[in-house]
Amino acid sequence: MRAVPDARTIWEAARSLGLDPRPVQFESVPASVLYEFAAYVIPGRMSHWSYGKAFWSMKTRYDYGLAKLYEMVINSNPALAFLLETNTPLEDVFVMAHVMGHVDFFTHNRTFEHTAEDMPERVARHAERIRQYEFSHGQETVERLLDAVLAIQEHVDASLPKPLSAGLPRRAPQQAQPDYSDLNPSAEAPHTPRDIHIKEGTEDLLAFIAEHSTELEDWERDLVQMVREEMLYLWPQIRTKIMNEGWATFWHARLMRILDLDDEDITNFARLHSSVLQSPRVGINPYLVGFRLWERIAEVEGLDALWLIREVEDDVAFIRNHLDRETVEALDLYTFSLHQDEVLVDSTEFHNVRQRLVEELTHGGIPVIHVEDGDYNRRGELYLKHRHEGRDLDVPYAERTLQHVQRLWGRPVHLETRQDERRVVLTYDGRQSSKVVI
Amino acid sequence: MAPTPLDWSLQRKGLVDQARHLGRIKQALRERLPDLITEETLIASDGRRVVRVPLKALEEYKFRYHPYQGEHVGQGAGDTAPGDVLGRVPRTGASSGRGRDAGDAPGTDVYEVDIAVDDVAALLFDDLGLPYLEPKTALRDRERAETFQDISKVGLLGNLDKRRTLRANLARQARAGIPTVGPITEDDLRFKTWRWEEKPSHDAVVVAMRDVSGSMGDQKKFLARSFFFWMLRFLETRYQQVEVVYLVHHTQAREVDEEAFFKLGESGGTKVSSVYELCRDVIAQRYPPAHWNIYPIHFSDGDNWSDADNRRAVELLEGILPQVNVFGYGEIREGGYTSTLMAAFGKIRHPRFLTLTIQGRRDVYSALKHFFHKTPEGGEG
Repeated sequence: MRAVPDARTIWEAARSLGLDPRPVQFESVPASVLYEFAAYVIPGRMSHWSYGKAFWSMKTRYDYGLAKLYEMVINSNPALAFLLETNTPLEDVFVMAHVMGHVDFFTHNRTFEHTAEDMPERVARHAERIRQYEFSHGQETVERLLDAVLAIQEHVDASLPKPLSAGLPRRAPQQAQPDYSDLNPSAEAPHTPRDIHIKEGTEDLLAFIAEHSTELEDWERDLVQMVREEMLYLWPQIRTKIMNEGWATFWHARLMRILDLDDEDITNFARLHSSVLQSPRVGINPYLVGFRLWERIAEVEGLDALWLIREVEDDVAFIRNHLDRETVEALDLYTFSLHQDEVLVDSTEFHNVRQRLVEELTHGGIPVIHVEDGDYNRRGELYLKHRHEGRDLDVPYAERTLQHVQRLWGRPVHLETRQDERRVVLTYDGRQSSKVVI
Repeated sequence: MAPTPLDWSLQRKGLVDQARHLGRIKQALRERLPDLITEETLIASDGRRVVRVPLKALEEYKFRYHPYQGEHVGQGAGDTAPGDVLGRVPRTGASSGRGRDAGDAPGTDVYEVDIAVDDVAALLFDDLGLPYLEPKTALRDRERAETFQDISKVGLLGNLDKRRTLRANLARQARAGIPTVGPITEDDLRFKTWRWEEKPSHDAVVVAMRDVSGSMGDQKKFLARSFFFWMLRFLETRYQQVEVVYLVHHTQAREVDEEAFFKLGESGGTKVSSVYELCRDVIAQRYPPAHWNIYPIHFSDGDNWSDADNRRAVELLEGILPQVNVFGYGEIREGGYTSTLMAAFGKIRHPRFLTLTIQGRRDVYSALKHFFHKTPEGGEG
């Protein structure tokens, strides 16, 4: 049997095509480790039951042969990529070629400009701090707090100027030693000094709560900030899913052509390639949509046009600028909605499809909620407002989420939104939920 | 840049957090017990079926869009046209046991777990005990059971444990550096030995009594039925043998079989004393209290014939009580009023007489806990 190209060869091949990935460190790991990393999104992250739930469901799907994850790549410097140790040598080549596209994208797309390059180390430190908090405050207490923080983890604002402290090595909290802060009020909290202040109007609920909540103790504030920092790191990936997967697929297909592979390898490579591009059962397949779009751009505007787009756009811009009639048809995209209890296709017209897809991708598909008033009624209550852009919130879910917010804020919390064309305010005061139509 | 082995194998957080997650599932199920134990599919299935239980406590709540509102973008395998039906969605509005076609349609991702009768039983029985348990000897002859539990080097050849003998031989050969089976010596022989087990001599009888007069509707019957379902299951885990006598009554009482007991619905008035009289006779004739743990339980809506009959019922009860472990009277009613029968029973001050009021499904759980409360002195069987 002939040897297949190794990681360095593939990296060099990627560079010869014009890609410029950072160095990549590949590791082969067993399925249980790979699935664990996928469940936690970043390896070594803090403990929480919800990650256990994700891990369990991924692992179960794998064990029953329903899904196979070949790789996982971490946006760090050097990039870390994990290969399933049961991969065949050719599967490894395929995955490594694919990873080169991802790492090039991480390296050059502007959305990732400010992501921490040492995130695996940072999350490991977070995990260790949280473990200490569990030790001193009890696992149950920490878990309930994390439940609350994770409920609003997506509500961070990556465009905020960086707090000064983010650039400095963070002081470890006075771990496991007795807390004398109430005896010594000047004791420095883990997150001061901070030179910017989060004001009303912000969409960064975590930052606002961490700074202004009168309920949270220092260690609790620290935990909010840790979750926020991890989410800021993950946001660019949410915003560029289609572009990034498409980019990696586009380039692995080209790498296949220049790598030294025999006929059988090429057949297997093509088989793997088409398995990535299957039509989805639900929603859209980001690999397929992204891949066809990059192909289309290369066809219409030439290969040189790709580099700038990969640098400056995110999914919303990518779809808005490049999804045309031909691609919508080729991808068989459509809009659908619920009619009574039937899900029906509404339209295949490309303007409709493009408009809907842009709306779905805007803000990562997450409702935009900002702080309207941090001292509502002059009683220290928190008044949040949902920017309604056509779709109502899932109100029962919002009510339960508000309970989590109240846990963090301490005082009553309100959320203004629109439901069935009417303005409504949801409130949770710590004991009961209420809903008022204005 | 070749793959470098770092020690990722030290990472085993997934399993730890998975255990936390399972702990939360168990906790959530425990909180749902009052609903679960009156889940019709579970009870009707005779223990074979599994029900899918949505667990709201395990949802990860967040601010998100209404899942069914507005248009979404999807992708087909080619030639999708407006008007194509993609799937059906069950109506929104949570109810227990609601089905869902996962993946076929956009929808709420209700977190669900599959559980069987035994899982529910395990959770439920943790909370239950057998009050006033006394050792009794059943009349029927019972053989002492022998159980093979031990291995010995001497024994009867008929009890030779061939597997272990062979293993001993292999081990001895291996010590001598020979990797195969050799001639079997006396030293290799292993025998199974048995012990006589003194089985606990507890036997129990449930005297199930039910009012089948016109006023007991389907819903009330179902409540009684779920109560008995769990009660029998529970007793079966605690006693070697549980017998059940089914008695029904309106103005007269009679013994019926299980099926009739749960199905019967007749018209007419109610004379509670009739069934207590029959209960007393059944105990006297068939289940001498010296040998049996006796659990009479009676469900009625409390609409008794007359005050005179209430007094008669109380008299009979006072005669039965010293003979039984616990006597339960479960009144299934809709309103908040107190029946004359319940008022009459209220005067009985006997620790083994328990009255339960069941107004709805969730009360079945508290009734079970009330009836089978854990007592410090009685403890477990």
